[in-house]
Amino acid sequence: MAIIRLHNLFAVVMLAGIYSLLAAGVFVELDAVDVAFTEAAVGAGITTIVMLGTLALTTDQERATARHGPWPLLLVIVTGAALIYGTLDMPYLGDPDAPAQQHVAPRYIEQSGEEIGVPNIVTSVLASYRGYDTLGEVGVIFTAGIGVMLLVGGRRRKDKAEEKAEGEDQT
Amino acid sequence: MTHHLILRVIAKFLIPAILLFALYVQFHGDFGPGGGFQAGVIFAAGIILYGLIFGVDTAQRVVPPKLVEVLVAAGFTLYATVGIASMLLGANYLDYSPLGSEPTAGQHYGILIIEFGVGVTVAAVMIMIFYCFATRGR
Repeated sequence: MAIIRLHNLFAVVMLAGIYSLLAAGVFVELDAVDVAFTEAAVGAGITTIVMLGTLALTTDQERATARHGPWPLLLVIVTGAALIYGTLDMPYLGDPDAPAQQHVAPRYIEQSGEEIGVPNIVTSVLASYRGYDTLGEVGVIFTAGIGVMLLVGGRRRKDKAEEKAEGEDQT
Repeated sequence: MTHHLILRVIAKFLIPAILLFALYVQFHGDFGPGGGFQAGVIFAAGIILYGLIFGVDTAQRVVPPKLVEVLVAAGFTLYATVGIASMLLGANYLDYSPLGSEPTAGQHYGILIIEFGVGVTVAAVMIMIFYCFATRGR
């Protein structure tokens, strides 16, 4: 709530970072240590720094916007209600009869030790059984990195000669 | 940044530990939580901390942007190459079994190599993004 109400974006970034850290704690509580690890490193660490970098480039005060009508709020409430209604059909957390536990999970748990020989099942699923997906994920990160380089870092090449001249001036 | 003595001293203690921990997470991912993604991010965090405390220019002397640009592509290529290698050895794409003397050993090597590829790309992309934001507009 505070994130929505605050107009100082610096505080918003900090609160979002703290929220990520808390979310990582929740993931640990749910025994999803790998996810918690990622959340703590990416959500609380890198994202905060990148956000701060953005603030340094722009400004840390939110611009006052015109008041919106009731429609955005209504849309959010309807969507939220639909999502909550959807969760009613979902199996309970850790339910052994849940479809997710019935399909390929038993095989991963029982045979990944023999087939892959790696004690961490998460790793063997991620890197071996689902190697394609992980390759795609790396592709996404690769593409995102290229995108940022083109959008934000594009000036570096162009101004290289200028920068050199500046450097010489300073020395 | 010549002031902030405490920050600089603490960072000097922390950065080697962060980088070492990243390598541990990278290569111990088979046995404990972690893997390429997390390790890459932690490694990048170490470099970014260095950049924050000692300045981007110093960080760019340690890890030149040119090198980072190459690494961004190199990790992804390494991953894809492992798949092609296993295909040349007669298995499906990204099936690591033929990479070692026996299937489990092959799987082990395959996972280690592709996780390393993931880590390299993730770390390089994160450092690149940091460089882009930090050097923009000056």
